[in-house]
Amino acid sequence: MTMLSRTADNLYWIARYLERAETTARLLEVGGRNALMPNIGGGYRNEWDAILLASGTGERFIEKYDEPVQRNIETYMFFDRDNPSSILSCIEAARENARIVRTALTTQVWDAINTAFQEIREMARQERSKIELSTMTDWTTRTSALIRGAILGTLLRRDGFYFLNLGYYLERADNTARLLDVKYYVLLPQTAYVGSGLDNYQWATLLRAMSAYRSFNWAYGAEMTPARIAHFLILNPACPRSLRSSIIGATEQLEALQRGYGHSTEAQAQVRRLLGELSEASVEDIFEEGLHEFLTRFIREVGSLGAAVRDAYLTGEAR
Amino acid sequence: MVYKTPAYFDEMRDPSGVRPAYQGLQGWVDEMPAELRAMKQHEAEALFRRIGITFAVYGEGGDPDRLIPFDMFPRIFAHDEWRRLERGIKQRARALNAFLDDVYGRGEIIRAGRIPGPLVWKNEAFEKAVTGFRPPRGIYSHIVGIDLVRTGPDEFFVLEDNCRTPSGVSYMLENREIMMRMFPQLFRANRIAPVEAYPRLLKRTLASVAPEKCDRDPTVVILTPGHFNSAYYEHSFLADMMGVELVEGADLFVDGDYCWMRTTEGPKRVDVIYRRLDDSFLDPLCFRPDSMLGVPGLMNVYRSGGVTIASAPGAGVADDKAIYTYVPEMVRFYLGEEPLLKNVPTWTCNKADDARYVLENLADLVVKEVHGSGGYGMLVGPKASKDEVELFRDKIRANPSNYIAQPTLALSTCPTFVDEGVAPRHVDLRPYCLVGETIELVPGGLTRVALKDGSLVVNSSQGGGVKDTWVLAE
Repeated sequence: MTMLSRTADNLYWIARYLERAETTARLLEVGGRNALMPNIGGGYRNEWDAILLASGTGERFIEKYDEPVQRNIETYMFFDRDNPSSILSCIEAARENARIVRTALTTQVWDAINTAFQEIREMARQERSKIELSTMTDWTTRTSALIRGAILGTLLRRDGFYFLNLGYYLERADNTARLLDVKYYVLLPQTAYVGSGLDNYQWATLLRAMSAYRSFNWAYGAEMTPARIAHFLILNPACPRSLRSSIIGATEQLEALQRGYGHSTEAQAQVRRLLGELSEASVEDIFEEGLHEFLTRFIREVGSLGAAVRDAYLTGEAR
Repeated sequence: MVYKTPAYFDEMRDPSGVRPAYQGLQGWVDEMPAELRAMKQHEAEALFRRIGITFAVYGEGGDPDRLIPFDMFPRIFAHDEWRRLERGIKQRARALNAFLDDVYGRGEIIRAGRIPGPLVWKNEAFEKAVTGFRPPRGIYSHIVGIDLVRTGPDEFFVLEDNCRTPSGVSYMLENREIMMRMFPQLFRANRIAPVEAYPRLLKRTLASVAPEKCDRDPTVVILTPGHFNSAYYEHSFLADMMGVELVEGADLFVDGDYCWMRTTEGPKRVDVIYRRLDDSFLDPLCFRPDSMLGVPGLMNVYRSGGVTIASAPGAGVADDKAIYTYVPEMVRFYLGEEPLLKNVPTWTCNKADDARYVLENLADLVVKEVHGSGGYGMLVGPKASKDEVELFRDKIRANPSNYIAQPTLALSTCPTFVDEGVAPRHVDLRPYCLVGETIELVPGGLTRVALKDGSLVVNSSQGGGVKDTWVLAE
């Protein structure tokens, strides 16, 4: 088991783009839902601002469209090629990466990615007013599931598979941390809000953005508190998008690579350190450090883990 | 089927009726209603698009994911027709390789006065950098694509040889896959020889020319200019079918006596490179210093026998237009045989007799510049005006050695689906001959078809399409 570093790199990025597309779709879904809610707090305009901020592409949007009105934001986040995180950009980038490494994918995986590409280009040609937001977000989550299913169902369990998964997990870790950070930092800057009705509503929004609203209720009962939600989304290994789950996933892939290649690298050392920290941390520790400070540090560490993966496997120079 | 027998040799019909090889198709065409045909055509396009087999002509604008039009009407060779062709193709591939081995070695054919030396040495495709180095088994061109046209039952002419990296073989394979998926009943009713062995034979061919220094199972790779190249689909398809890595220049590097690729486990030695880029891009230290596509130092490793490059650098001198007229001579000189495939008769105007003939018959000939390509600087006598003919007369008189002339060939036609039903369209054929420890030719090739009524241009960039090519089994 060995492969071209560039191929591994392409596979890793296919997964990152696909995961990013799904995150963008979730954000849009939450934005659309919030727009239907009564105007409390800063009103929905504030919500769309937050969503742009969470996607990390707010500045570009302001340059191009000025006003954050829903229709513009939908277009920007779904179809705009100037927005590198738009779903269209992500799907196109994933497909281009897949085209480059056709040989490393099964026909089913390629077919799923290529069909998604053909479909979204077809959608982009339609008149915008004819497409509902829910059609777009449903399409994205369904497509994402289809591709994921093809990968799980048909791809050989060897290095290419592990690099793909590594891309998924690292992107997910990064995205979850960013979403959390935006919600906490932007929407709840004053402790006075904590415990108010607005607060509950904001946290519910956050859970929905992770597709975790109902599963939270199953895991903790209906009562939402910041501590429980933080625990669920950061430390609970049962929540599939929690930081800990993402890092557990990344660890498994790196361990599989270590077994396959017969030696360990800096990437394994880093991921184990990160996993160790998350396994031992309590919510109290995190709040003590400051949620924002903790998340900022986590995002940085995931970035550094990505760099370690790159140095160890994706340049072909490490021996 | 309403199908007028055309004035040209038709692959399906001669004056006495449907030729035997096509008899198994008669019912299929007659019984296919227009709606079913339209549906099948649509299905074929969807399949091509899903596979991702598209054809990009960069710089032309338009859809970068354009499909080459696929015509569902197959082109068929009877078994004995193919046997004769096969012998001719293999013979030519052997002679071209013998020529390359000779001109980069002792140059016997030049010493014997059968080919003028300057024609070879001063040729742009002649690679001085490899003279004196003999690649494994003395083979330079491992995949020889020979473009053929037909004018009668036994009249085949070679239009040109492709000794470097002939493209299009993925269409040969995919066209067949799609026909089998869409019309399984045809394959049950006719005994059609399979072409699917090609990738396996290609890999065997490449492995058989690994350097002598290679003492293990050789590592073969395909070197592509990159995913923006119009033939990228083919590169990745072949890599996939052969189970070898598809690399770009940046994935390879030279260290010591060998060439290595960058892998997730560190450097891995490469023994055979099937390159799909031109000589001049292979190694910036040896050829174009501005090339970012190649591998610095690769030529040194090649010349010291550390890696095999297929086709060998310099192989292009054998498929040059000026050399083309001497290929029959090569067959006689190296193999002591009479050539089985004919060249298109060519008059070279630097010979006084030829020039006189050309000037007397200008209105019937095709005149080309020796170094021209792509149809520029060309006169098609039968279709030209009097003034154009006179203009060329002056040009040839002023600089005779710059021109060659050939008769206008009556390319054969093959039934093809068109809007009105089925109509004859002109076709050519490119088979792919593999040269390694053995010489192999799969029974088939790429048939290109000029879809425009009356057109003789089969190039896909100018409205040409492709067909599945059948060879009937014994």
